[in-house]
Amino acid sequence: MDPSRKRKLRLVIFLAAALLLATALVYTSFSASTEASKPSEVQPGQSYEMTGKVVNDSIERDGDELRFRVRDRDGTESVAVLYSGVVPDPFREGREVIVEGELKKGTFVAERDSLVTKCPSKFTKEKEGQSS
Amino acid sequence: MAGVGSACLTIGLFAALYAAGASVYGALNRRREWVSSGRRAIYCLAALCLVAFAILEAAFLRTDLSFALVAEGSSTDTPTFYKVTALWATQDGSLLLWATLLSLFSSAVLFLTRRTLRDIAPWATAVLGVVAAFFLLLMVGWENPFGTLAVAPQEGAGLNPLLRHPAMMIHPPMLYTGYVGFSIPFAFAVGALITRRTGADWIRATRRFALVAWTFLGTGIMLGALWSYTELGWGGYWAWDPVENASLMPWLVGTAFIHSIMVQEKRGLLKVWNVSLICATFVLALLGTFLVRSGILESIHAFGASTIGVQFLLFIATVIAASAALILWRLPDLRSEAKLDSLVSREAFFLLNNLVLVGLCLVILWGTFFPLISEALTGTEESVGPPWFNRLTTPLALALVLLTGIGPVLAWRKVTPSALRRILLVPVAATLAALAGLLAFTNAADSPASLAMFCFVAFVLTVVAQEFWRGASARRTMTGEAWPRALARLLGRNRRRYGGYLVHAGIAVLFLGVAASSAFLEQRDVRLSPGDSFEIDGYQVTYREATARLGGDSSGTGAPIAFGAVLDVRKDGKHFTLRPSRNFYSSADPSLGTISRFFEGEATSEVDVRWGLRKDLWLAVRPDISALEKPIAEADANFADTPGDVQALIIAALAERYRNDPPPAAFRAIASPLVAWIWIGGAIAVLGALVAMWPTPEARLRRVRAIYSARLGKELSRA
Amino acid sequence: MEYALALLVLAALVAVAVSLPLRRGGEEERRDATRIEELSAAKEAKYREIRDAELDHRMGKLSEADWRAVDRDLRGEAIEILRELDRLEGRSPQERA
Repeated sequence: MDPSRKRKLRLVIFLAAALLLATALVYTSFSASTEASKPSEVQPGQSYEMTGKVVNDSIERDGDELRFRVRDRDGTESVAVLYSGVVPDPFREGREVIVEGELKKGTFVAERDSLVTKCPSKFTKEKEGQSS
Repeated sequence: MAGVGSACLTIGLFAALYAAGASVYGALNRRREWVSSGRRAIYCLAALCLVAFAILEAAFLRTDLSFALVAEGSSTDTPTFYKVTALWATQDGSLLLWATLLSLFSSAVLFLTRRTLRDIAPWATAVLGVVAAFFLLLMVGWENPFGTLAVAPQEGAGLNPLLRHPAMMIHPPMLYTGYVGFSIPFAFAVGALITRRTGADWIRATRRFALVAWTFLGTGIMLGALWSYTELGWGGYWAWDPVENASLMPWLVGTAFIHSIMVQEKRGLLKVWNVSLICATFVLALLGTFLVRSGILESIHAFGASTIGVQFLLFIATVIAASAALILWRLPDLRSEAKLDSLVSREAFFLLNNLVLVGLCLVILWGTFFPLISEALTGTEESVGPPWFNRLTTPLALALVLLTGIGPVLAWRKVTPSALRRILLVPVAATLAALAGLLAFTNAADSPASLAMFCFVAFVLTVVAQEFWRGASARRTMTGEAWPRALARLLGRNRRRYGGYLVHAGIAVLFLGVAASSAFLEQRDVRLSPGDSFEIDGYQVTYREATARLGGDSSGTGAPIAFGAVLDVRKDGKHFTLRPSRNFYSSADPSLGTISRFFEGEATSEVDVRWGLRKDLWLAVRPDISALEKPIAEADANFADTPGDVQALIIAALAERYRNDPPPAAFRAIASPLVAWIWIGGAIAVLGALVAMWPTPEARLRRVRAIYSARLGKELSRA
Repeated sequence: MEYALALLVLAALVAVAVSLPLRRGGEEERRDATRIEELSAAKEAKYREIRDAELDHRMGKLSEADWRAVDRDLRGEAIEILRELDRLEGRSPQERA
């Protein structure tokens, strides 16, 4: 095979590999993703990654389970959450949280260990478990 | 003093702009004195930044609460070590650190190249000046670290307890050194493009800076992972969080860059690729800095109300546009000087490794920005989690490790096929032996990906060992030295190559740890009362007693209260104790009761880990203080205005109560195999990088030069 | 005001520092000097390549024939660099050895 044909062949292989990677990326990401939502937006029948603020005086601990309410960042509509698993250190009322789960009979049932709490000040990092 | 600091920044901004202007003027008009003046302006900038940094640090050390930054990020009861490091835990302070590091590195490189690269250096100065000016503008215009408070508060907010961990405090300077380090080759690449000196000169001048940057960035990333593992209550070291990813991406592309510049140095190939790669690395470094400060991605970093997100975005967009335009404009000057002769050569495999690394970076980029991408494409914001990241990066990581083993085996230009077969014999045999052994004696087959990784790691380590052995043997046949001396000499005279091999070995070991610990860990979440026990991975863990300690925080973080547990662990006749605890820091919130204030501030998990070469046993406790809610409320009501020492007595009483009659506490135990090798592998890689970047002594070079000079001279005269 | 005073003082200091080269006057632009530095660096790199190739050969990665070919190419490139250096430095080949 002469050099220029070899080079063309390499280019084709490279482009094919790139295309394969791109397809894998697009396909797997759209099928494996969870929709991000606010408490006012969640609907039953689908899993979401819900972001909102913990409502004051709504935190109750019952053994292994944690119950609290989450409201929109700028709003008052709130949803009750039932959570079990690791609770991040900064978790407090008034803090912003992200939790994955599904709305079942009016309560947002969270996936185990999916609670993430944002820290109010800059530069702090906090992440607790992710279900694998 | 705050005024002086502020003035330093303002003058610094003008110095940076002047440096850019003077250098460009000098370059265009061929006037050396203006270039020299521009360079001096950078030196001045470095001095100004250092002065500003010193002033701010001094304010932190004496806890001068009239400085807004000190009040925001530190307090009188923050331990001294953390007072020092609190400076860069704040937004403004971290910008100052970035600017200081940038000006120092710029001064260093400009000083080292003041007599060489006379065409490129002025343009590089200009680029560095503009970047520095950007950071200074951010500070002067929006986030001034020297803001003062008219009325200094009694007490500062204190450094966030989660950050009170040595690793987490060294982490930002390491990362920034990495980001800044990569700006240097970027600036020189731009200079090379503008002046059409697109040979390997700009690479030779900045190669070490790239290597230093790579090392620091990698170390910073690992420190972040270590912190996550030992400080956070979930027991993992990597969560594919956007901020973690933001630091990993420039590192991956930087690794690709370090390899591909070698190809340009030796063969004159990949010129377009190299300039594009360093521009991408720099952009990703800026992105890494920016992502932590913006609210564009739902990460745990809630900087939603960031005031400088837009500015960063604009700057990054400008850099991307300008770089692309510059590369396209100079495309004719970036033609390769040679051709890729053989696929069985180092050049070819470096290119392959580059593709894998860039591929990894693209995957991570896609996943990190997916919320924005999906919103743009479909209208709904979606996100992908760690399972997706793991699924896509695992095959690429496997390919990468395999390549780190094949690269050292090859030579530049080509390897004779028969020689290749002979060289690969032992490593392949070792790999197959490892495979057989793992299948026969362990349950590694439960995770095919891990099994593959283990085999590849065996391959890499064998290759590296063989390279050292063969190299030393080759020396011995030439010089008849003893083995140790031959090895030392080999390493000493071929630092780049053998240092690089060490890095490969370190990375392989690191991936060994990652594969083992992610696929074969065992985790249990339990609720225990004293006396209860549970079993994990053959360990028998018994909750012996509860602990409650006031002050005297053994981890040095200044926590006033710590509730914890003592657990006895037994396995196979071995016996040790673990003492996890939870630190409670007080809150400054005046709406809380006097006593409950002590319990309602931040709280951190103080994890206890039994490190082991084969396995780590990691334990965290979450004491249940809800049983103390009533007594605390009573105390709030009855002792609202008592002095400090009475408060201490009350807290002591509460602590005693917890100690004597603790309610069931939640424990998380994780037994993960080979985690320690992640840190060990990383350390080996850093050691290898140090060897590779260490300058060779001049004397030796001159001797060699003289020898070759003579031989060549003779041949020349004969021709 | 502390800020204004510091501003003036620092501005003056920086102005003095950066104007020093300007007052000294224009230096002669020796284009050759740059080229010589760059060629020297390229020469060092080429020597390293020659040594590396020899090591590769001794380690058995390159057969005798392959190594000779590579070595010949590299030495040729080194000679070119040396020729260019000589030309710029104004010496004849004989003088160099």
